[in-house]
Parts: sequence; C-alpha cells; structure tokens
Amino acid sequence: MMILSGDPPRGRALVALLAVIVLILAIAPFLFPGAKSLNVAATILVYALLVASYDLLLGYTGIVSFAHVMFYGVGAYGVAIALYGLGPSWGALILGIVAALPVSVALALAIALFSLRVQTIFFAMVTLAVASAFNVLASQLDWLTGGEDGRSFQVPEILRPGFRLISGRAFGVELNGRVLSYYLVFIACAVLFLALLRVVNSPFGRVLQAIRENPFRAEALGYRIVYHRALATCLSAAVATLAGALGAIWQHYVGPDTALNLSIQLDVLVMVVIGGMGSLYGAIVGAALFVVARNYLQGLLGALSAAASGAGLTLAAGLLHPDRWLMWLGLMFILAVYFAPTGIVGRLRGLDKGSG
Amino acid sequence: MSATTDTGAALPRPKIDFAPALAPFLIALIAAPLIGSTSTFITLTFASLAMGLMLFTMASGFTLVFGLMDVLNFGHGAFISIGAYMATLVFAPLILWSQADSLALNLGVILLAIVVAAAVCGALGLVFEKLLIQPVYGQHLKQILVTTGGLIVVEQLLYALFGPDTIPLGLPTSLRGAFHIGDAAIEKFRLLAVVVGLVIFVGLTLTLNYTKIGLLIRAGVENREMVEALGYRINRLFLAVFMAGSALAGLGGVLWALYREQVHASVGQSLTVLIFIVVITGGLGSIGGCLLGATLVALVANYAGFLAPKFALVSNIALMVAVLLWRPRGLYPAGGR
Repeated sequence: MMILSGDPPRGRALVALLAVIVLILAIAPFLFPGAKSLNVAATILVYALLVASYDLLLGYTGIVSFAHVMFYGVGAYGVAIALYGLGPSWGALILGIVAALPVSVALALAIALFSLRVQTIFFAMVTLAVASAFNVLASQLDWLTGGEDGRSFQVPEILRPGFRLISGRAFGVELNGRVLSYYLVFIACAVLFLALLRVVNSPFGRVLQAIRENPFRAEALGYRIVYHRALATCLSAAVATLAGALGAIWQHYVGPDTALNLSIQLDVLVMVVIGGMGSLYGAIVGAALFVVARNYLQGLLGALSAAASGAGLTLAAGLLHPDRWLMWLGLMFILAVYFAPTGIVGRLRGLDKGSG
Repeated sequence: MSATTDTGAALPRPKIDFAPALAPFLIALIAAPLIGSTSTFITLTFASLAMGLMLFTMASGFTLVFGLMDVLNFGHGAFISIGAYMATLVFAPLILWSQADSLALNLGVILLAIVVAAAVCGALGLVFEKLLIQPVYGQHLKQILVTTGGLIVVEQLLYALFGPDTIPLGLPTSLRGAFHIGDAAIEKFRLLAVVVGLVIFVGLTLTLNYTKIGLLIRAGVENREMVEALGYRINRLFLAVFMAGSALAGLGGVLWALYREQVHASVGQSLTVLIFIVVITGGLGSIGGCLLGATLVALVANYAGFLAPKFALVSNIALMVAVLLWRPRGLYPAGGR
C-alpha cells in the first residue's frame, strides 16, 4: 500500500465505490465515446484534484478559504495567456505553469500571513474579499486576460482532436488528441492526488490535524501554528494552480465564469462537504457525485418540474425547475454539515463497522 | 480585569484612540487635489456618505452578531436580498403612491417598504437562527459552512419565487433628481439614505449606551460568561440581536435596491464582500468601527471610481490591507478581540 501512503480507503462499501469510480474514469474514453460524457469524466478528474487540495485546507487543517478557486484561476490563466501569447507549443505550456505557480504561492503566502496571524476566521472573510477583487481584476484587464470574454487558445498539436496517434481504432475508438488529452489529465490528476495523500499522511500532515483538533495544545507541544497553517495554504494553492492548468488544457478556454467565479468556489465547498471533509477520498466521491448531478440531475428535475406544473402546482414547479438544482444540493450540504460531518466517505466507513 | 481591582474605586477611563477616526478626513484631503473641481469633490463626498451609511446599516447587524456570540454569519447577505425583494412587493401594488407628486405619499411607500422588509427579515432571522445557527454554537467552521449553505438555498429560493431576471425598481417621483448647490449635485435619494442611516446609527448608539438591553449587549460582547453568570439568558438576548441584525440587513436591502433602482438575488452575495471589507477594516464587533469602516470603504470606492474606475473594487482591498498593516485587528475592535 505504498502507493496510497498507508492510508487505504477502509470500509468495503467505500473501496467498492471508489474502485468503480476510478475504473470508470480510467476507461471513460472507451466506455463513453461521446464528447459530452468524456467532458463530464475530465471535469470530474479536475474537480476531484481541486477538491482534494481544498480538503487539505478545510478538512485537515480546519481553515475555511474562499479563495481556493482563485488559485485554480491563476493556473488556468497562466496556461491560457502563455499558449495564447506564445502559440501552441509545449514550451509555452510549461512556461505558463511555471509562471503561475510562484504567483499562486506568493498570493497564498501573503493572504495567510495577513489574516492567519490574527484570527483564523479572518481568513475566511479576507479570502472572500481578495477572491472577488481578483475576479474583477481579471475581467477588467482586457489586454492580458481577454476580459469577460476570456481567452480561447490552441493546445500543442498532439492534444488536438484532429491528431491521430495510430491510424485505425483501438476497441472501436479513435485514439485522437482528445483521448490523449484525457489521459494526460487523468495521469496528472492521479499523480497529484497520490502526492497529496502522501502529504496528509506525513508528519507534517499529522501536525496539521493536531492543529485542527486543538491549536493550543499543538502550540504547547512546540509546533508553530502560523508556519504550519501558512505552509498548508501555500501547498494547497499550488495544487489548485496545477488543477487549473489541467482544466485549461482540457477546455481550450479560460474565462472569469469558468475559472474564477465565486459560484465555483461554493461548488467546491459543497463537493468537499458532501464527499467528506478530512479524507481525501471524499474529494473523488464528492466531485463525481456533484458533476454527475449537475449534468444529469437537471434532466430529472426538469421531468419532475413538468409533472408538477402539469398537476397545477406552480410553486413546486418553480422549486423543481432544472436551474434550481443547486438549491437541492445546498440543502443536502446543510444536512451533511449537521448529520454527516464526515460526508459520504464517513458514512460508508461507518456502514462497514456496523455490519462487521 | 485583574482580581485585585477594588470595584468601589473609579476605574481609570480607557484612553480613546483618536487616530483611526481621522482617517476619512485624511483620505478626503488626499483625494481633493487629485479630483480638482470642488463641485465634483462635494458630489462624490456626499455620495460616499450615503453609500457609507447604507453599508453601515447592512453591516451593523453582522458585526453585532459576531461581537456578541462569535457567530460569523455568511448568510447575512441573504437578508439584504430578501429586503430588496420585499421592496418590489410593496412598490408593485402601490405604484400610484410612488408615482404621485406628493412627498408624503412617496415617503410613505418607502417607509412601508422598510417596515415590511424589516419585519419579514426579522422573522426570517428568527427561523434562520433557530434552524441553522443554534445547533452549531461555538463551532466556527460549521457556522461558516452552514450559513454559506443557507445563503445558497435562500438565493435559489428567491430565484424560484421571483424569477431569475433583474427586476427594475423605480424611485418615487419626488425623490428623483438632485438638489444643486452651486455646481455640486446632491441626489435627493442619497439625502434620504443619509438621514435614514444617521437615524439608525444614533438609534443604535443610544440603545447600546443608555438602555438596559444595550448594557447587556455591550457586557456580552466584552465577556459572555460573566453576563450568563449574573443570571441573564444570553441566548435569548442573542436571538433578539440576530433578529434585529437581520431586520437592519433587510432595511439596508430596501435602500440599496432603491439606490441601484433594480433588484437581483445576487445582490446579497456581492454586498457580502463589501460588508466583510467594512467589518474587517472597522474592527469586528464594534458599532463605531463599523461606521468608520463603512465611511472609509465608501469614500475610497467613490474617489477611486472617479479617478481610476477600473480599480474601484480592488481599491477596497488595498484599503483593507493598508488598515490591517497599521492595525492588525481593524480600526476599533470590540472587547479586546
């Protein structure tokens, strides 16, 4: 279990669920050849990584940040600006990532030193303010970011849909650049996820959890709280930046609404809480559930809404309108905070303990 | 604080720190030569005053709720949105009143909207507190999560009830336009906002300083356990403060909706950001700090909006950072926080 850093999912139901999700994601291009399904799978991958890096902060360290998506945006814009400005080459791609990382880390460090010094709850408010300012800034700096319209750009040639790895098909699917992009995202997300797992199970990760449980005691034992919290903030920001870069590579487009909006931040919060705080596996479950719900729950709600309006229940029809899917997830989110603070992951683990 | 203090002896008066209170004047002094024209300066400064007092109205509840119970209510903005929608509900059937050329009727409809919004938001505040916040007293992380969830749900409910589109909200006839003093324009509605905001500030200050309940609130902000030990039910007091804070948010929502002349459910979320900046700048938990923070934020926003429009919101962050560098706990934090 070296690869999982000695922290396997635990619980038969959870292992089964995770195995199914990971397996489906691993062979998604062959299972669902459609463009939409592949997009859903890639979004799950990127979100799972983003949510996992957020969990390092929220679940393991106990700090609420509202600027996590900002770091995702820095990564996405880094790649977008580099590829847009320098043309679609691997050098530009790497330059974009390499340039975005220090920006993110410096921003994270500045925010952390500013607000964690006084009170942890300051951090939540300061990050929200900074993130929204960053969003405004990105939509105003037309010359650099493309403003509200964002930036569409070309990726290196072998990642484009037109590229063929081999002529002919493998398992009935063309091995085009899109499939290659998918596997690039898949492998990068997997590696980074395992790295995060290593971090939370390292002595450093243990200290973070100690600080979460009892900051005074951790400090009394000689751990510098501000240092550990700030380092966790920077680490999670760096991973979020990489997630943003992967998201940009997959989407070929970056704009304020896809990479910086506060509503994405709320989505991430919902994913991490429903999946399970304090366990990185929760990120995979939460992201998979959320993205699938967003893409397919709307159809279900639409059908229910039509049925309700057919039955003359105007209010019910309004509440079940497909655009209101976030409300139902929001309710689920609140219920999860109260009744299942460990989320789906915790529930599934408990299930196993109860029966065995 | 120390146990040896003789309660009979007069406590030394705490030294009042005047420097932060001078900050708005300093900013006005710096901005004046940059703006150049006197009339523009007066117009902008007055606009800032109006915006500042509206922000104060909305932020005061948030800061008191935090000061008294350490509850960080991320759902505060939801009540602003609700208040704004209540204004549209009141204005729609009374369109004749608001279009009549009579100041009394015009003010009447606004007063009615304010009363309705405050009542509805106060009542919903009760539900919100009992349902969402009470189970998670003392747990900051969960409070932030639950109230954020509440904000999401309320916002979505508002979309479901009122539709996703922006609803225009016209100002009553006699409040449109502006008074002119020389070249400086003073918009009539802003004057009303200043009056309402000042009334609320004076009312809050008087309540906090000269009534029994105000005494208890101030004591609770300083030391909750001590007030409980003296036999007061702080939870009930807190519930009342929460309801009042929600009502003030709703009232602020009405003013803001009229100021913008439109209503959208996202207004709460976007104002939450400004309120946070106000409260952090002013110092969490204090009414005076809240007023000062609101004024500063409004002044900077208006001056920056005139001098460098693209960076108006970023300028608020710059203000916050500058203040935190100077006073890491904000300008006037309450109760030694």
